[in-house]
Amino acid sequence: MPVETSALYKVQKGRYDDVSLEEKERLFAEVKADMRYEDYLYGCYECGICVAACPSARFYDFSPRRVAQALAREDVEQVYEQMNDDIWECSQCFSCLRCPRGNNPGGLITIMREVAINNSLGTAKEALEGYTRIIYKIMGTGTQVSPDMLQPEAFPDWGPEVVTVSKNLDLWRRMLPPETMHTTSTGWDVADKTITELYLIWHATGVLDMIRQVDSNLHMILEEMMEDKLEEAGYDT
Amino acid sequence: MGFIPVEEITKKKAQFVRDPDAKLPENIREHVLQLEAEGEWVVHRIPEDHVEVPTKYGIPKKVPVQPTWHHKSCGQCGHIPGYSTSIFWVHRKLGLTYEDPRDQTSCTAWNYYASATSNAAAQAAVAVRNFAAAYESGNFPIIHCGTSYGHYKEVREELMLHPELRAEVRAIMAKLGKPLVMPEEIVHYSEWFWAMRNEIAKHQVRDFSNISATVHPACHYYKLVEQDAIYDPELYGGQRTAVVSGLAIALGAEVRDYSTFFDCCGFGFRHILVQRDFTRSFATLRKIQVMKDEADPDVTLTHDTGCVTTLDKSQFAAKAHGITASIPVMSDAQFAALAMGAHPYKVCQLHWHNADYRPLLEKMGIDWRQAWAEFEKDVKRLEDGEIEYLSWEDVDA
Ligand code: SF4
Ligand code: SF4
Repeated sequence: MPVETSALYKVQKGRYDDVSLEEKERLFAEVKADMRYEDYLYGCYECGICVAACPSARFYDFSPRRVAQALAREDVEQVYEQMNDDIWECSQCFSCLRCPRGNNPGGLITIMREVAINNSLGTAKEALEGYTRIIYKIMGTGTQVSPDMLQPEAFPDWGPEVVTVSKNLDLWRRMLPPETMHTTSTGWDVADKTITELYLIWHATGVLDMIRQVDSNLHMILEEMMEDKLEEAGYDT
Repeated sequence: MGFIPVEEITKKKAQFVRDPDAKLPENIREHVLQLEAEGEWVVHRIPEDHVEVPTKYGIPKKVPVQPTWHHKSCGQCGHIPGYSTSIFWVHRKLGLTYEDPRDQTSCTAWNYYASATSNAAAQAAVAVRNFAAAYESGNFPIIHCGTSYGHYKEVREELMLHPELRAEVRAIMAKLGKPLVMPEEIVHYSEWFWAMRNEIAKHQVRDFSNISATVHPACHYYKLVEQDAIYDPELYGGQRTAVVSGLAIALGAEVRDYSTFFDCCGFGFRHILVQRDFTRSFATLRKIQVMKDEADPDVTLTHDTGCVTTLDKSQFAAKAHGITASIPVMSDAQFAALAMGAHPYKVCQLHWHNADYRPLLEKMGIDWRQAWAEFEKDVKRLEDGEIEYLSWEDVDA
């Protein structure tokens, strides 16, 4: 009797029926084509050790084992579903690296996220809503957590200390003895030349194109800012 | 009746003949040097003044004493500045040469893990550019952030395994006029503190024998590329990383155990910003509350910004849910600096922390009211234009 194997492993049938199998296969092929894929997946014992270690599995309907298994079994449908519904729950702690088979489910999820971004999946865009200013900060300034983010509106649940810190920010930053840390809009003072070098890296490695996939406005702002600087520094972009 | 399609399952599984152990040699340092011998990259060698420490895989790791180049952490400098200030202050007290560079960016891994809007080549190039900057300075890089440390080791592994990635990064570095540089060891600041713990204890001026601590080790320190993280057979039977705990013990504090030691703090990269219920719940229910119930420590110590932020800031909102467990949170560097007599505000900058640390200071014999008055006095000097910044001289005055 012929067996339709892929159907046996489907958890939720039908949710992405409107997306063609070819499209799902194309995305899976992109995941597999990543040079890290073969360093991160070696099959699965189905032992559940990764699940036991995983904080996100404790909190969400999420399982690193399901991810490793779907990839190992080449279950295209389930991989597609996970790329939409699961991967953003992972907290990238890499507790799952205690896998006795040597798998790296957290790393596999990193690859799946990159493919989701590169292909502009709606769920990826959704996951990054509210995150754009961080991307702007890191790509633009070279440091990604700045003191001026410590605002009570941004962190109302961090208590009254945040109000005091934001009120005294300029003053308290100058009360830091290391000379590089008298900054408020960056974690420390980054040399201009260093920032330009970082811009060149973003350009040369296609990261700007990735940004275009998730937020065209942010892409425009960053591109303009970077091109001016790179041109000024005499780099050919 | 259904049946299990064993043949179909084994057919799929049989594809996996790959062996994770065959990928990389156990001795990473040898492999790094081997690639240099093959002309693939330049190795930034550990300075003569170094200490050898034990690692998980038993191959001794060289930790530089000086001169060092401090790869700062965006989170530490941005939100918990007492972290870096304490690291530098301890170096100064021990009379060691270090550099706090401007030619350094973040590792950018926070954004990478949170948003995936980067890729392997970009991440590797950012790492190597920073390595090259340290190499050009002649000082050996010490990585302040747990995530930068783990991520850079991940980058090192990817660069070792993939010649095409090396070629791509080499070409970018050539555009920048820099060589492809790989440090002989990737060293976290807490490894430096561990290596220097006895030296630090010699300079201790405050008695910590009545202080109890729990330790939360950062996931990216010991879970991400585990081979060369510090494990001491004398501590936890070599079954847990020895950093942080070893330092606290050397300073005379009592390290207490709790059952969720291996759990993460709940930071989660994007979660701390956009899925904060996860972060708060995990930090308070799985870490703080468990520590309180099982160990009731005076302080919990960690060695990464994400962990300090998560464990510290999450405690406030949890009160609304009836969770009243509260434990002060700080880094091993701040703890060591306090032991060596550092000012709790001018050096350790504890006023940036949320959870109440004042009872701990009292137990350490520190008059925090007087210390705060001293800090305020300097703030006044600054407001009056008498000084522009607080200097290292002011700190030790
Ligand atoms: S990296 Fe992701 S999948 Fe792995 S243990 Fe952490 S949260 Fe779970
Ligand atoms: S720990 Fe590894 S082998 Fe076990 S279920 Fe998870 S991925 Fe599979």
